[in-house]
Amino acid sequence: MKIRFAVGEAVRVRRAFPPGHVRTPYFIRGRSGVVDEIAGAYHNPEELAYGRYDCPALPLYRVRFSQADLWPDYDGPVGDTAIVDIYEHWLEPAEGGQQ
Amino acid sequence: MSGPRRVHDMGGLAAGPVDRQEHAHEPWEKRVDAIRMLCGKRNLLRTDEMRRNIEDLGPGVYDALSYYERWCASITNVLLQKNVITVDELGRKMAEVERRWTEARKP
Amino acid sequence: MTADTHSHDGHGHDHDHARTFQPDVEESPFGQYQVMAQALGELLIEKGVITADELRAQIEWLDSRSPADGAVLIARAWTDPDFKKLLLEDVNAAAESIGLSAGDIPIRAIENTPSVHNVIVCTLCSCYPRALLGLPPDWYKSREYRSRTVREPRAILAEFGTVVPAGIEVRVHDSTADLRYLVLPMRPAGSEGMDTAALEALVTRDCMIGVSLPRAPRS
Repeated sequence: MKIRFAVGEAVRVRRAFPPGHVRTPYFIRGRSGVVDEIAGAYHNPEELAYGRYDCPALPLYRVRFSQADLWPDYDGPVGDTAIVDIYEHWLEPAEGGQQ
Repeated sequence: MSGPRRVHDMGGLAAGPVDRQEHAHEPWEKRVDAIRMLCGKRNLLRTDEMRRNIEDLGPGVYDALSYYERWCASITNVLLQKNVITVDELGRKMAEVERRWTEARKP
Repeated sequence: MTADTHSHDGHGHDHDHARTFQPDVEESPFGQYQVMAQALGELLIEKGVITADELRAQIEWLDSRSPADGAVLIARAWTDPDFKKLLLEDVNAAAESIGLSAGDIPIRAIENTPSVHNVIVCTLCSCYPRALLGLPPDWYKSREYRSRTVREPRAILAEFGTVVPAGIEVRVHDSTADLRYLVLPMRPAGSEGMDTAALEALVTRDCMIGVSLPRAPRS
C-alpha cells in the first residue's frame, strides 16, 4: 500500500464539511500539523458506517497540532500540542506555514 | 468554505465544569452494550454503523437521551433497517415486556 | 385547558370549551429504553441471533473489566524494562504475554516523561480502552469533558486536582479512529523497593486516562 505522507511531514486537514459519518473532527478542518506517526491501515469508517464492509483499508496518521495554532485564545504554554488520528484521504500537503 | 458542526462533533466548544459524579451502570445499560458486542460478532452491526445512527439522531434528541439510551435507539434502528427484527415484532415484544413488568409490580 | 368566557349572544348556555387533551404517550412507569433493551434481547434470543448464554457471558465479561488489568501492565512496565518496551510497541501483545486480555481493539500506551504529560479524550463519541480499564466513567463521556479537553486541557486537569508545570508539555490525544489509548504514567518518586501489589495499588484509572497522576507512596 502506498503511504502518501512521511513522519515529520507538514500536512493540512482538508477544508470540507460533508454531512454523514466522518471521523475527522470539526476543530481540525483546514488546520495544519505534522505527521507524528503512521499508525497502520484501517477500513474507512465513512464506508463501514453505511454497511460497506468490504471497503479498502486506508493509511491512518497520528498528526500533531500546536495548540497555539488551533485556538486563538489558547491559555497555556506554546509547547502544548494535540494529536488526532486522521485517515489519509483527509490530508493534503501543507504549503509552507500554518493556516 | 465552512459548514455546520454536527451535534456530536463537540471538540473545542465551550462548556461548563466537568461533573465528576459517577453512576453505577444499570443492568439494562450493560444489556445494551452486550447486545452491541454480540451483534458485532455476528457481523450484523459495526460500531461505525451504530455511531452513524447516534449522530443522525440529531441535535435535541442527542442531548436529551443518555449515553446508553442513544446506543439503544441506534442499535434498534440498525437492526430494523437490516430487517433482523421488524417494527411489528418489536412493538409486540415491548408491549409484552411492559405487561409483564406491570404484573410483577402488583402486590 | 381553560373555560372560554365568551358571550353566546342569547344562547344562554354555560359550557367549557376545553379540549380533551390526549397525550402522545401514555404514562409508563418504565423507561422506554429500558423496555426496548429488554425486548431487543428477548427477540434476538427467540430468533436465534444470539443465545441467552451468550448474552449472560457477554455481560459477565463487561462486569469483569476494571482498571485492575491496566494497573498490572503499568506496574510491570515500571519494574521490567523489556516489558515496558513491549508495552509501548504493542499493548495487546504485552498483555497476552502475561496472560491478560486487552481485547481485539488495538490499544496504544502513551508514555509520560519529564517533559510531556499526556491526556486522552474521544471528542466524537467516548472511545476508551475498556478491556483494560472497564467501562468509562460518566464524566469521560460528558459533553463538558469531550468539548473542553482538547481546547483547555490544563483547566480540565486542574478540575481533577492535577497541575502540570508550564515547562512540561501537555499533549492531548483525541482517539478518533481505530486505536484506543492508555497513559503510562511515570513511576512515582519514593516507590523504589515497593512490591508488585503495592505498585499496582498506586495506579488509578484516572492516571491511565491522564487526568491525574498515580498515588504517592505512603512515606
